[in-house]
Amino acid sequence: MRLLIKNGRVIDPYSGTDETLDILIDKGKIIDIKPKIDGKDNKVLDASRLVVAPGFIDMHVHLREPGQEDKETIKTGSLAAAKGGFTSVACMPNTNPVNDNCGVTEYILAESKKHAIINIFPIAAITKGLKGEELTDMADLVDSGACAFSDDGQPVQNSQVMRRALEYSKITNVSIIDHCEDKNLSRDGVMHEGYYSYLFGLKGIPAASEETMVSRDIILSEKYQSKIHIAHVSTKGSIDLIRWAKDKKIEVTAEVTPHHLLLTDNLIESYDTNLKVNPPLRSETDKKALLQAIKDGIIDAFATDHAPHTFDEKEVEFNNAPFGIIGLETAVSLLLDKLIHKNIISLQRFISMFSTNPAKILGLKNKGKICVGADADLTILNLQKDILVDTNTFVSKSRNCPFNGWRLKGAPVITIVGGKKVYPFK
Amino acid sequence: MSFKHKHLLGIQALSASDILTILETAESFLEISAREVKKVPTLRGKTIVNLFFEPSTRTRSSFELAAKRLSADIINFSNQTSSVSKGESLKDTVLSLEAMNTDAIIVRHSYAGAPHFISTFCRSHIINAGDGAHEHPTQALLDAFTIKQEKAKFKNLKVVIVGDILHSRVARSNIFLLSKMGAKVVCVGPPAFLPIEFQQFGTQIDYNLDRAIEGADVIMTLRIQLERQQKNSFPSIREYRNIYGLTEERFRKAKKDAIIMHPGPINRGVEISSDLADSLQSIILKQVENGVAVRMAILYLLLGGKDRETSD
Amino acid sequence: MNEKIKARVMDSRKIKRVLERITTEIIERNRDLKNLVIIGIRTRGIYIGKRISKLIKNAENIDIPVGVLDITLYRDDFSELEAQHMVKKTEIDFSVTDKDVLLVDDVLFTGRTIRAAMDSLIDLGRPKTIQLLVLIDRGHRELPIKADYVGKYLPTSRREIVHVKLKEIDNKDEVLITEPSSLE
Repeated sequence: MRLLIKNGRVIDPYSGTDETLDILIDKGKIIDIKPKIDGKDNKVLDASRLVVAPGFIDMHVHLREPGQEDKETIKTGSLAAAKGGFTSVACMPNTNPVNDNCGVTEYILAESKKHAIINIFPIAAITKGLKGEELTDMADLVDSGACAFSDDGQPVQNSQVMRRALEYSKITNVSIIDHCEDKNLSRDGVMHEGYYSYLFGLKGIPAASEETMVSRDIILSEKYQSKIHIAHVSTKGSIDLIRWAKDKKIEVTAEVTPHHLLLTDNLIESYDTNLKVNPPLRSETDKKALLQAIKDGIIDAFATDHAPHTFDEKEVEFNNAPFGIIGLETAVSLLLDKLIHKNIISLQRFISMFSTNPAKILGLKNKGKICVGADADLTILNLQKDILVDTNTFVSKSRNCPFNGWRLKGAPVITIVGGKKVYPFK
Repeated sequence: MSFKHKHLLGIQALSASDILTILETAESFLEISAREVKKVPTLRGKTIVNLFFEPSTRTRSSFELAAKRLSADIINFSNQTSSVSKGESLKDTVLSLEAMNTDAIIVRHSYAGAPHFISTFCRSHIINAGDGAHEHPTQALLDAFTIKQEKAKFKNLKVVIVGDILHSRVARSNIFLLSKMGAKVVCVGPPAFLPIEFQQFGTQIDYNLDRAIEGADVIMTLRIQLERQQKNSFPSIREYRNIYGLTEERFRKAKKDAIIMHPGPINRGVEISSDLADSLQSIILKQVENGVAVRMAILYLLLGGKDRETSD
Repeated sequence: MNEKIKARVMDSRKIKRVLERITTEIIERNRDLKNLVIIGIRTRGIYIGKRISKLIKNAENIDIPVGVLDITLYRDDFSELEAQHMVKKTEIDFSVTDKDVLLVDDVLFTGRTIRAAMDSLIDLGRPKTIQLLVLIDRGHRELPIKADYVGKYLPTSRREIVHVKLKEIDNKDEVLITEPSSLE
């Protein structure tokens, strides 16, 4: 049976649409969009007073499977994504074993087919074993379904290796995603280096460790005319560099996480390990620069860097805790409240950063837009719904979220993947 | 006058009046250590644990004597003898100690914030005996006590702290305390040990000891961690001594009645010349003696009286 | 809390007479006055002790040293207290060993303060004897303690409060009995 979504406020940044329309879906595709479509013979979903957007895509997620299923699995991660309004996620390769060969990529895709209720796009490693030395078989990996390459968390330090990766990625036509961190500058660091790291006596991760790598990547990208995507931008200096690169029409794109937009280093006074994340929560100045950058369109996408860790792993000394914050179930509400209701950016830009732009960066041709023939992945938002972040209600396996107890306005209420309603859960 | 904290985690959380309360209480305890019977029954029946994850002789013994002079029972639990080496988490270690009905736990840990973390799940009073490069509040309090003994005031005293400020919990706690009490603190050291942000703590920073020492009332030298040299924080011990070592010649630029302090243990001939360390102006051993009285005062103020509901 | 004054049981003249009478008793009882030392219990015991020392000096021309004892650290009721009592200094600049110690306090009630004071004294040395002087004995003892010199026996109820005021710190000499005013 066909699904008809009636009376929703359809916002599609791809076409610039923002009006009340009905959407007809058949066999996983959008087949018609009009002001009035007859409901007869169709299953009808009333979207009055709701915003209908192209399905949200989180291009930076750690699903932990294979290898660390105590933190998260493809199944639980996909449930969390669906609940958080995401119809697709791209998952990072730092699993165990590392996703540096077709076997792992195919395994992830096969498991996703069995257990995931949303689309999963594996990101493969740039180098074998994330060691930063030898390139993976990039073309083969793309054939197996890899949507991008990244050594997230163990970024490529050797600039020659990065150069080769950027050059080689051109034949596959997929992006290199770089977690920019000079490990020599950041070694042993656990929080942003600055007044507060000195105050709390914690070893700092300087902004320079990110910025030196952002500038390296931009220079290499320009020189070798390859696409580079900067993951989780966190400093003002990085923003300045990306702004400069975009002005020069260098093919650089960038993402930002909700936690870097909303939290700062001073909060670590409590030594709460849920605030330990890499890149670290930065200063107020950096946070302001990030907000300005999304206003100015310097940053292309929102991404959560959803990084699940078990309660026991985080219930330790700050130094001993692993880096990471989970974000799938909170990102959309957090940013609806803090960006839309606070009038920082328009709903069009908001949706393009959650959907249209990530689809473009990952090369997902039929996603990130609402038009006839596009995949019927839709995220439906209720801008007025009040919610309370309560980690006890999370469907993710992990609870490492610093936003517990926050009251927010605006939430994803219905998630449709391939024409099927996957959230609310049955 | 009262003291309303459940834990002593750092100088940061204390007000100037809290600090004065501790110092005044410590004065009463100084007399007890001078008695023939150096013991009062005040904390009889209380159980205190010295939980040390870093080697320490001075601070641990000082706390031990303080507890014993107040008649508390104290046990030592150190890294070497604990099951921590068997991979037990800090939380499990502390919870199993606390299951034996401890009243206070004195924590020394190489990670900043470890005592704060313990205080989030622990019933006992927590006393920070040094956490990473963060704070060492009892050292700063005993330093303040000693300065007050010698100078009778804090206001407008020029206190010069020399050494590896960045990695020193003693420096931080002293900076916090002395600025709260109105002293003028000048930090001196090589740039890699003295980030510019330290100015925001209300101190002056200077890379030149000869200039900074002029007119100083108190000079506090810090132990230089020799292994830092390997990390390129400074080129050589010889060069460090030449630029930042406290020598007679440099000391003459301070005020005539200036005093020299050091938290110990000393590297003689590196951060301070051996003769100066033994000179009359050096009050290094006074610091050690006062440490017991100050720690008695802290134990008394935290454990005397009913358990307070308010935590901090 | 409001307190209602029930009676003014001693005034300046009366306190003076009582202390003179006690001085005579002390002199009578202590043949070897040179071996006598006075220890006043903080706070008002100190001033009573000093007055006694002066009266002995006037009568016999002998200097009796007066020490100050803070018994806070010897209290047995720590866990009952809301906040810790501030510890003050014990200031005894003479040895108590082999001395006849005259312990002085303003009011004798349960006896617990005196118990703490005696424990404290014994930690400081080994006195030959300890004698106890109080201005007021109000009864209700909880420990087997009896004063050697008493200014006045004052039968009270437990509810009542005895206030000894001394001009050295209270600007006038008097003893009052008060009662917390009831809430009706």
